[in-house]
Amino acid sequence: MIHAIIDYIQSYLGSDKTPGAAGNIFWMVVYILLVFVGLSVAVIAMNWLERKILAHMQVRLGPMRVGPHGLLQPIADALKLLLKEDIMPAEADKVVFWIAPFIVVLAAFTVFVVVPFGPTHAITDMNIGILFMLGVSSLSVLGIVTAGWASNSHYPLIGALRSSAQMVSYEVAMGLAVVSVILMTSLNDQGVGTLSMIGIVQAQQAQGMWFIFKFFPLGLIGFFIFAIAMVAETNRAPFDLPEAESELTAGFHTEYSGFRWSLFFLAEYSAMIAVSSIAVTLWLGGWLRPFPNLLTGPNWDLIFSLFPGATFVFLGALCFYNAARMPKHPLFRIQTIGLAGFGVVLALIGLVLFAPPVRERIGDIFWFSAKVAAFMYLYIWYRGTFPRYRFDQLMKVGWKVLLPTGLVLLILTATTAFAAPSVQEWLKRVL
Amino acid sequence: MTPVATPFFFYLLSATMIIGGVLVITRKNAVHSALALITALLAQSGIYLMLYAPFVAGVQIILYAGGIMVLFLFVIMLISIERTQKERQFNKQWLVGIVAAGVLGGLFIAVYTKGKSLFPEGRLTFAESSNTQGVADLLYGRTSGVYMFSFEIASLLLLVAIIGAVVMAKKRI
Repeated sequence: MIHAIIDYIQSYLGSDKTPGAAGNIFWMVVYILLVFVGLSVAVIAMNWLERKILAHMQVRLGPMRVGPHGLLQPIADALKLLLKEDIMPAEADKVVFWIAPFIVVLAAFTVFVVVPFGPTHAITDMNIGILFMLGVSSLSVLGIVTAGWASNSHYPLIGALRSSAQMVSYEVAMGLAVVSVILMTSLNDQGVGTLSMIGIVQAQQAQGMWFIFKFFPLGLIGFFIFAIAMVAETNRAPFDLPEAESELTAGFHTEYSGFRWSLFFLAEYSAMIAVSSIAVTLWLGGWLRPFPNLLTGPNWDLIFSLFPGATFVFLGALCFYNAARMPKHPLFRIQTIGLAGFGVVLALIGLVLFAPPVRERIGDIFWFSAKVAAFMYLYIWYRGTFPRYRFDQLMKVGWKVLLPTGLVLLILTATTAFAAPSVQEWLKRVL
Repeated sequence: MTPVATPFFFYLLSATMIIGGVLVITRKNAVHSALALITALLAQSGIYLMLYAPFVAGVQIILYAGGIMVLFLFVIMLISIERTQKERQFNKQWLVGIVAAGVLGGLFIAVYTKGKSLFPEGRLTFAESSNTQGVADLLYGRTSGVYMFSFEIASLLLLVAIIGAVVMAKKRI
């Protein structure tokens, strides 16, 4: 019995398929748990990073009290949220009010089923991957709308109306940009494209370039359309009208508190990670390391596989440097020791990542996460830089700028993709 | 890989759809009806998945559950709920309705009992991986694209609806 189970678990090892495609339930569950835990940790880290980075952009210090440099602040926040009183307005629609946060969280987490962290590091690979991601992430607007309506209050209702109008408008431009990428995947010998997330990255590998550089500048324009639309889709600054605090208190989640509110928070950040991973997969080569076709050979492989460990060791060294710079007053002793301890932990993780069996396996996950992290930093940067749009300006950008650009882009990409093989033939004959 | 199209999932999804559909017409609150309709539509996309048509299932989620139902909710939310609670829910056409339902039910029973000869023996198997390609071939294929004209005509119908909405909404064009 136990042997059978161990055999079943081991039968997947060394496979070149995702657990979902191989049909191995044990590894599917393991991957789902890993993604869930990783995502929750990422959201907690984002909470701290956003407050810290915004603060530094505005020449403030940000959280400094709880733990060294406020490192334990997210944990304190989470505890506070869980212990807070959970208030439900007397006039609210009880059932819908209760369901709404769960719809948002489910939609935000379900999309990670198809996110490809590596050729084998995904829960599963669907042949409608990108359609699935767009479809399920568009379900989160249902949760926002019902949350705003069920609160039975004016600000949430206005926030919900704004959010549904905004998300429906920007989904159109987003879809057009995505379709132009799917057209690019069909430039192979069979002339057949793919909707699978893993297939899209493999097409970029086969064609030897990220799709952001394909048919320059068409790929770049598509990427920009998506990059703008995805900020609007996730209701983030400068498109955060559904929760514009100066006008609507907190928008659609004004009446929510405690645990339910934290669900909205969790969903917002994991939706940001989800759309960033769509952008990374479609335009920035997904899990591929920089120059996978140009800088080949075992030496370059070795150099690039050292990056994950080096990053963590660097972060650990940064912690040590700041621990050394801490005030020498006895009151700061615990903080100094804590920061140094955190640095030791980071450096140890880095050393583990240097070990050959580990670094060969996590390279793809590292590059994917690093690209997504760049997008998360951009999100914070936008919030620190741009003032909020007015609602008519928002609609104007969506319908009068992004949508026509997307349509023209789609036609141009289709024409180029159709003409590209014959032009190459012609060039070959002429030259 | 074992097939997912087991009877258990079929009954689960069908039951969800039927319960959702019944709730749509029995709930007095229009938002609850819309949510029930969304549940039914999602279960329907699950049935498409069981028929090895993942592309159709994905489009079902994007268009109906994600797009159209959001606009439904958008409109419904602006209706005063207190008034709809007092409205009579069924009108006087119940006699016609019962006749129509009876005829439909009779048809279902007839198909269930005697319909074996109507349908081909054995089950159709489609390659799941080429579903998207198959849909595209049926629509735009050089030789097999027989549905292109009807598909484009359907989009013309939507254009008429859009123009109608603009005409109705704007006083001066």
